[in-house]
Amino acid sequence: MDKKFKKIAIDNSDVIVQMWLEEINSLKSDNYTANISEELFDSTNREFVNVIFTSIKNAGSSKAVENFSEKIINLGWPLSYITDGLQVFRRVTIDYILSQTEQIDSTFISNVLESVDNWVEPLIRQLVNEYSGSWENTVSLQRVALQELSAPLIPVMDGITIMPLIGTIDTERAKLIMENLLDGAIKHNSEVVLMDITGVPVVDTMVAHHIIQAAEAVRLIGATCILVGIRPEIAQTIVNLGIDLSKFPTKSSLKKGFERALEITNRQVVDIESKEDSIEQLIQSLKGE
Amino acid sequence: MQPQSCVNIKKEWDIVGARQLGRDIAKKLGFRTVDQARIATTISELARNIYLYADHGQICFEVINTVEHKGICIIAVDVGPGMEDIGQALEDGYSTSGGLGAGLPGVKRLMDEFDIQTEVGKGTRVKVIKWLR
Repeated sequence: MDKKFKKIAIDNSDVIVQMWLEEINSLKSDNYTANISEELFDSTNREFVNVIFTSIKNAGSSKAVENFSEKIINLGWPLSYITDGLQVFRRVTIDYILSQTEQIDSTFISNVLESVDNWVEPLIRQLVNEYSGSWENTVSLQRVALQELSAPLIPVMDGITIMPLIGTIDTERAKLIMENLLDGAIKHNSEVVLMDITGVPVVDTMVAHHIIQAAEAVRLIGATCILVGIRPEIAQTIVNLGIDLSKFPTKSSLKKGFERALEITNRQVVDIESKEDSIEQLIQSLKGE
Repeated sequence: MQPQSCVNIKKEWDIVGARQLGRDIAKKLGFRTVDQARIATTISELARNIYLYADHGQICFEVINTVEHKGICIIAVDVGPGMEDIGQALEDGYSTSGGLGAGLPGVKRLMDEFDIQTEVGKGTRVKVIKWLR
């Protein structure tokens, strides 16, 4: 039975393709982004239908399917294009096979449905898996990339390290901040750690709580934590929330925090006399003789 | 009053989504940076309460635009465990999760109007309004 249906479908592929293309084109206007050019849409459709037919003929040629799903992902087309395409193909093919046979009873219909399902189902599964797999891959790569950026600790000078924080702080990141801060402070033998929150959009009680805990932990290992980069609006919301940040020093900018850090470590920034000046002085002193 | 737009809170990152939407609405209404930060912080607190205690819920935004008043109304709804003692929850420093306990009382101070309805076992509804001045 199945072979017979397959023969009908393959022998009349031109007609089925034509019916399929018409259906798909009518779907385009309301479902997919309108800025896809006609030629691209047309050529992709043809490729899609070719992939479907090759896969029916060979009963599972994975290479073509793989290439095709990769292409759809690269084009940035929605997953619904693939699922819609295959649903339409299923409907069109069933319609066509049924229209080609005279005797139609319920067993025959169920046979047709079953065979066509058997062709289309594995294709849907494979294409959707490829598509979602590729997304999962991208997302996990980005997560790793984000994690690398999430809590860097930069030693700037003997005893002084800076942790610049940019973006939203969630529980996972807060944990990383604490770990990196303590590990880094011990590893770099820091006396002062500057935590810069210039790039943190919102400081709510949770974020404040984590910052307080981190600062307290830094104090326990014998270093000082200075919170810097508190923007005026953040300062106001912290006061409104009634959060007590008085246990450790805070500064408005990294620059001021760094100056304070130098004070704590008994250091100063001194301008070096420029060379020209000293040469002039030398000449002056020579003239004097 | 304009139709509501809602954000579902299920994952921790939904808090960020709600916050961003709220901030955008506030910006469009003409709130200054300080009030934008207040609104964003409020949403953050309310959404985090949903995430922490009720597991899932919704944050809804309404734009109030009448002749006398302009402002943003934020409604946080959940069907979580509710609170036994509202008075206690509104006290500074009271927390059942080891936090700072500044969330709800803080929100009350950040906003102009604050209304809370809660029933044990049924859920909580917090409605806050910030007027544009």
